[in-house]
Amino acid sequence: MADYLLSIMTFFPLLGVLVLLFIPRDNGALLKMSTLAVSLVTFAISLPLAFDNVFATSGAMQYREFHEWINVGNFFQMNYNLGVDGISLWLVMLTTFITPLAILSTWNAIDKNIKGFMAMLLLLETGMLGAFVSIDLFLFYIFWELMLIPMYFLIGIWGGKNRIYAAVKFFIYTAVGSLLMLVAIMFIYYFAVKSGAPMNGFSIEEFYKLDLPYNAQFWLFMAFGLSFAIKVPMFPLHTWLPDAHTEAPTAGSVILAAVLLKMGTYGYVRFAMPLFPEALPTFIPFLAFLSVVGIIYGSLVAMMQDDIKKLVAYSSVAHLGFVMLGVFALNMQGLAGGMIQMINHGISTGALFLIVGFIYERRHTRLITEFGGIATKMPIFATIFMIVTFSSIGLPGTNGFIGEFLALMGAFQGGLRWYAVFATSGVILAAIYMLWVYQRVMFGKVTNPKNENLKDLSVREIVIMLPLLLFIFWIGIYPNTFFSKMNPAMEKMLMQMGANPVAVVEMQQPTVAHVGLDDQAQTVVHND
Amino acid sequence: MENLVQEAIQNVNMQAIMPSLVLSGLAMVLLMVSVFSKRGSSTHVAWLSVLALIVTGFVALTGWNNPQSGFAGSVLFDNFATFFSMICIVAAGLTILMSDDYLRRENFPVSEYYPLILFTTAGAMWMASGTDLMTIFLGLEVLSVSLYVLAGFFRHQTRSNEAGLKYFFLGAFSTGFLLYGVALLYGVTGTTKVEGIAAYVRANPDAALNTMFIAGGLLLLVGFLFKVAAAPFHMWTPDVYQGAPTPITAFMSAGPKAAAFAALMRVMIVGLDGLQSELTTLFWILAVLTMTIGNFVALSQKDLKRMLAYSSISHAGYALVGLVAWNEIGLSAILFYMLVYTFMNMGAFAVLVLIGKQGENNLNLDGIAGLGYKKPVLGVVLTIFLLSLMGIPPTAGFIGKFYMFSGAVEAGYIWLAVIGVLNSAVSLYYYLRVVVQMYFKDPAEDFSWVSINVPTAISIAISLGGVLYMGMFPNTLMQLAKLAGF
Repeated sequence: MADYLLSIMTFFPLLGVLVLLFIPRDNGALLKMSTLAVSLVTFAISLPLAFDNVFATSGAMQYREFHEWINVGNFFQMNYNLGVDGISLWLVMLTTFITPLAILSTWNAIDKNIKGFMAMLLLLETGMLGAFVSIDLFLFYIFWELMLIPMYFLIGIWGGKNRIYAAVKFFIYTAVGSLLMLVAIMFIYYFAVKSGAPMNGFSIEEFYKLDLPYNAQFWLFMAFGLSFAIKVPMFPLHTWLPDAHTEAPTAGSVILAAVLLKMGTYGYVRFAMPLFPEALPTFIPFLAFLSVVGIIYGSLVAMMQDDIKKLVAYSSVAHLGFVMLGVFALNMQGLAGGMIQMINHGISTGALFLIVGFIYERRHTRLITEFGGIATKMPIFATIFMIVTFSSIGLPGTNGFIGEFLALMGAFQGGLRWYAVFATSGVILAAIYMLWVYQRVMFGKVTNPKNENLKDLSVREIVIMLPLLLFIFWIGIYPNTFFSKMNPAMEKMLMQMGANPVAVVEMQQPTVAHVGLDDQAQTVVHND
Repeated sequence: MENLVQEAIQNVNMQAIMPSLVLSGLAMVLLMVSVFSKRGSSTHVAWLSVLALIVTGFVALTGWNNPQSGFAGSVLFDNFATFFSMICIVAAGLTILMSDDYLRRENFPVSEYYPLILFTTAGAMWMASGTDLMTIFLGLEVLSVSLYVLAGFFRHQTRSNEAGLKYFFLGAFSTGFLLYGVALLYGVTGTTKVEGIAAYVRANPDAALNTMFIAGGLLLLVGFLFKVAAAPFHMWTPDVYQGAPTPITAFMSAGPKAAAFAALMRVMIVGLDGLQSELTTLFWILAVLTMTIGNFVALSQKDLKRMLAYSSISHAGYALVGLVAWNEIGLSAILFYMLVYTFMNMGAFAVLVLIGKQGENNLNLDGIAGLGYKKPVLGVVLTIFLLSLMGIPPTAGFIGKFYMFSGAVEAGYIWLAVIGVLNSAVSLYYYLRVVVQMYFKDPAEDFSWVSINVPTAISIAISLGGVLYMGMFPNTLMQLAKLAGF
């Protein structure tokens, strides 16, 4: 089983799709139950990964699988090449963890063509997992594109009023970026063939070792970077995101925010940056600048929204700015902050979209002005919303704090000092827009009579939120569980990105795990 | 004199033309069968035609790894010819399968239709195996004349008449050009054999400066590009594709197009190899022009057949990329792509055949609104074919495009690959629009007239199988395409 764990995990949801085909389409309950069961089993299959201590000691790929797939003589070879390391580990876990919650959230929200909806969710899960565990660029690309189709249908069929526009925009934006990346992938492959370098299909491990000339790296980074920047999305390529998020059904928004956007940041960490380390320094100031602009712009625009869902969507742009800034710091703190912030964003923003979904299901509106004083009517909801808000703001004790703090600290130390200074304003802005929206929705008197009879969260809804709350505090209080398994892989990756290896060696002890002001002082000393 | 005759007889080697001979013979028999059949019943001829194609397929397969040269080097039935012949046979088979019910629906079950398809296929096989410009011309004529008739087959329909007439006039012109080109080349080189022309180019490195030679080569190219429907010789395509009976449209976009590519490739790669650098520049321009025109004009089409016609132009453009690359990958990619395109395009047309009403006035974007809900299986299948046409994994269209463009990248034509993928991005929009109509719009009609009949279902199933198999397990066919390349 362990030999094929990744394959089983990746394709189990697809198997579930086949099962769904044989369930009558009007048996909604059975369809939902079986989909939930499939996603829970997938989660169970993935669990051994989270408990495996090998990630704490080795930064190499684990759980490898390798099969020759296409082999046309010496000029065309592709392999089924899977593996997982500390970089992808928690993203895989996030995917298998969030999918059942997303499915659970649709219980009453979807009544049109349940079968298709569930099939699309499962297909999407296969695509996401496959993209995270592929270490062959060609295979990665296939899964990467595979994710597009179900998301397109999720938005287009089950979305809001403007869904067709949003779906097509989402599809075309993402596809254009990835098509250019496809040409870049071909170029790397044939460069490797012609230079006679050892190869193993499109294996990135071999591609890491390539000695690409700077000029080529420059253009290749452009192609990869553009594709991933659209997905992240980085300012000014973010315009598809608010549309897609606002129109998508709750489950779609949750998965889009929690996992799909991580594909972009993951792509930077796994592919764009380590594959082209020489071109990287050229782009870092520019990309860091865009990240900071994204943080500030996203926050300001979020503040101005009167639709809660749009507000959360724009806050995503800001949060991912922190991720990118941390990653571009090219040091352990920054990368660790960026990586953990990816997970955090998945949890907090996923939770926020669920919360928006809860009140939308009750009131069929998301306009902030329609609400007010809800806290008195829905105390459990108010508590949960409060915790998630704190997490999103980055209050100490919650996960958001760890991520943003490390990312900013990394940037500050890693030569992005002024960027970090400006980015810090994003933390304050986040507090403003989140607390403000919380205040307007939850506090005060109930002014709108329609809110008089709101029911508090049901058991199902609480069950959805509890695991998320657990991780908000777990990461916030004891992030070492997560860092310890990321450290070796992150060190390896930084080395590959051409970051100062001395600093990395000094950081062998996972100091980043113990976040506190004393430790911070220590790390500063280390780095200097 | 006697020696010459004997030598000629020795050189005949009927083996080299056996597949087309068998097919032509069987087609003639079937023509007689249809003459003696009751008017208005054509089903038995359809099935017999499929049988004839299967027999021909087996005969053609004997040419694999067993090249047969015949008629003093005018015909060469090698792997290349076998591969293209198989594409044409598959295309013809799928066409016939989707036609039977269609002809009855359109109230024109005339059984001569099927032998005509077989003759077209025989001509296509001649083209694929011709190594003499005259042989290629003969094949082209056999193919074209049958197609003219087929395009205008519904003689009671104005649209079909228009298609037939238009195709005939423009086609006649283009073959005229082609023949004139052959004559000029003969005048310069003293031979019509492809090998002979190659020898001439080798002996005269400055052939590219010889006006007669260039004029001859260009005129020849015009003839081929017309058949391939490459810009700027694509003007006939939309009208003819729209007006012709739908199965014939599907057939034209796959079989004859593949045959024209086969002839084009053989003449260019074998005959004009010495002019590679000049020709690749030309093909670069043609490829970009063809795919860009095809895709951009397709954006504004409402009629599905017309949209697929323009999409077919753009796909010819993608295939020309392989000729620009002019390397092993690019050329075997053309073979692979032609097969992929046959499956995905004929599959899409087969679905259209099923959902059309009599007269096919509903085959436009509005007419298929909500199809995905009323006919879920057809909706999913058509979506898969469209995804393949877009080039989205895990369908064959993606592998085909990837293979094609990587040929260009390998040869150093990065910008061509970039233009190619950007074109694919443009194409996403109009293919997706069909999906939008099928799934994102509420059904306007109940599609009660759609009845799924067995032959068409078989045709769709084969196409679907091909698209998925070649998308997920492309290894075997890629290797075959490689062996079939030059």
